[in-house]
Amino acid sequence: MALLDSIGLRRSGKKALRRPDLATQWTLMWWKFRQHRLAMVGMALLGMFGLCVLFAEPISPYAPFQRDTKYVAGAPMMPHFIDTEGNFHLRPFVYGRKAERDLVTLRMKSTVDTSQIWEIEFFVHGAPYRLLGLIPMDIHLFGTREGFIHLFGTDFTGLDLFSRTIHASRASLSVAFVGVVISFLLGAAIGGAAGYFGGQLDNIVMRVIEFIRSVPTLPLWLALAAALPRDWGPLPTYLAVTIILSLLGWTWLARTVRSKLLATRHEDFVLAARLSGCSDFRIIRRHLLPSFLSYLIVDTSIAFPEILLAETSLSFLGLGLREPVESWGVLLYAAQSIRSVDQAPWLMIPGIFVIVAVLAFNFVGDGLRDAADPYSR
Amino acid sequence: MIAYLARRLVYMVITLLAVSVVSFVIVQSAPGDFAEIYAARKAAAGAIISQAEIENLRKQLGLDQPLLVQYWRWLSNIVLHNDWGMSWEWKRPVGEVIWERMPLTLAIAFSTLVFMYAISIPVGIYSAVRRYSFGDHAVSLIGYLGLATPNFLLALVLMYLAQKYFGQSVGGLFSPQYQNAPWSWARFADMLAHLAVPVIVLGMAGTAFLIRAMRAAVLDELDKMYVLSAKASGLSPLKLLVRYPVRMALNPIASTLGWRLTYVISGAPIVSFVLALPDTGPLFLQSLLNQDMQLAGALIFIYCALTIIGTLVSDLLLVALDPRIRLE
Repeated sequence: MALLDSIGLRRSGKKALRRPDLATQWTLMWWKFRQHRLAMVGMALLGMFGLCVLFAEPISPYAPFQRDTKYVAGAPMMPHFIDTEGNFHLRPFVYGRKAERDLVTLRMKSTVDTSQIWEIEFFVHGAPYRLLGLIPMDIHLFGTREGFIHLFGTDFTGLDLFSRTIHASRASLSVAFVGVVISFLLGAAIGGAAGYFGGQLDNIVMRVIEFIRSVPTLPLWLALAAALPRDWGPLPTYLAVTIILSLLGWTWLARTVRSKLLATRHEDFVLAARLSGCSDFRIIRRHLLPSFLSYLIVDTSIAFPEILLAETSLSFLGLGLREPVESWGVLLYAAQSIRSVDQAPWLMIPGIFVIVAVLAFNFVGDGLRDAADPYSR
Repeated sequence: MIAYLARRLVYMVITLLAVSVVSFVIVQSAPGDFAEIYAARKAAAGAIISQAEIENLRKQLGLDQPLLVQYWRWLSNIVLHNDWGMSWEWKRPVGEVIWERMPLTLAIAFSTLVFMYAISIPVGIYSAVRRYSFGDHAVSLIGYLGLATPNFLLALVLMYLAQKYFGQSVGGLFSPQYQNAPWSWARFADMLAHLAVPVIVLGMAGTAFLIRAMRAAVLDELDKMYVLSAKASGLSPLKLLVRYPVRMALNPIASTLGWRLTYVISGAPIVSFVLALPDTGPLFLQSLLNQDMQLAGALIFIYCALTIIGTLVSDLLLVALDPRIRLE
């Protein structure tokens, strides 16, 4: 009970008794954050994306490069509960598909065959994989015993778009994550140095930031990405693209760090720390940074969607990540021309994932901004 | 004012120099130098070029000089002779290729700016005055979506919908039947209809951002005492709103004009590329994909110069509009 008291949260019966006078700063922030309903929705969505990243193989019914020659450029298949005769099935199913030759275009075309019912089964055996890269398994969350299931349809080579989209969340979110971490470090280091030492260094850093802000950055990053050698393997390209993208987000962070440092570096507790013989680095790290860490987290949550969108745009144009690395932008590369979009509009589905991810980050960012200053009303 | 103007001009020249250095680095980042690429292209076409000829060409072009000299040569050619180098892809001077497509880019950027402010100011005021109404919530929902959707995806979706439900071709600047027709009112109207899509796509995120900013600014003003006193002295609500809080709220919105311009120029190439507009956007991306860096570097330089000059002009306009801005 004493422990619960000390964090200001004591449960009596079902109702939590809040003691703001005893709560720590972080507890207050959590309370404030929890009141922001959209932010909680955002958190839930991010949690789902996290599951996709960790468990992409078991969630998707097929391996990302498993071709289905019977269903090329096929439309998304809707799961049903009620069949054409109005009978209710407890187990969801998809209708079978028949392959026919279109008499006008002479192309193979599949049509829905409502006489055939392919039941969706859960936890079925399928393509083998290693769970988390370690445990060999072949169980997939769902699948069909007969026929096939392509929830988002297939592309022009017969690859299952649902499986690919789930797998692509890995590259998309990891590039954004690593990019944010790098720009966080850059921003904290450069902004920290400028704010703490001030003077000429501060002046130079601020001019550089103003310069970067005043030029159209996207063309600049496009040019940098285009200058990468074409014969690099997937991994070096991936790393290089991540670093190029992280050069995008650090200016905001650096500015926040600098202004907060300027505001706090003459406080009494800094003087006290200096008089007790702390080094500059220790003062920044142990005394100044924690005092405005919450604002930094807010700025980071803003940088995240920015980097995600930039990566998607770069890859969409064929200048960012490339096959065999798959990100949402790489998948959208197939939807580049109006002709392919017209023939297979479902190729734009990965874009919905991008939008939802960016929305989730924006919601969480809004919640964090409110929570960063828990004392305001 | 004169001192302020002079200082801003000096800053602008310094920034332009910095931009030119960046652009030159991009020109240099092409694999191999000009003479080598020239030789490789000739060799691919069947002509045989000796090493001595390459050396000769290099000397002629000054490629054997140190980088600093090369940079100076590149920059002075641009400034003094309007000579931007040669483009590999087009086999024409870079300057010519760019300037015949630049007017359309400028027209799109300018219309997008006008569109953003024309939509966001009234909608922002409405959202603030009718706070938490159905309309306000709808606007903020669209705003969230607008900020989260990549430009190119919105362009693709609009093109798809227009093709599917209106049977209209959206790509390019003209419908097929007007492509080679002489100028007429119908052709002009057709062009405007085609320009609407890129303007909406480009302006979407910026408009969403400005609506939010405008809403917040008006809300801040509405709570102030002078509004209450104006209300108490019997001013009609609309007159009061337009005459005081809105005018106050406009300043912070207008002062971000420079950033909006940067944003528009930044997003324009991708949108034009997806919509296949005959402006500098597809030119830029093609040059990057083909590593035609003479052209790409020149375009980067022009894009950056445009935003820098545009920002200066907008700042000067603001100073003229609002005497409270300090000329420090």
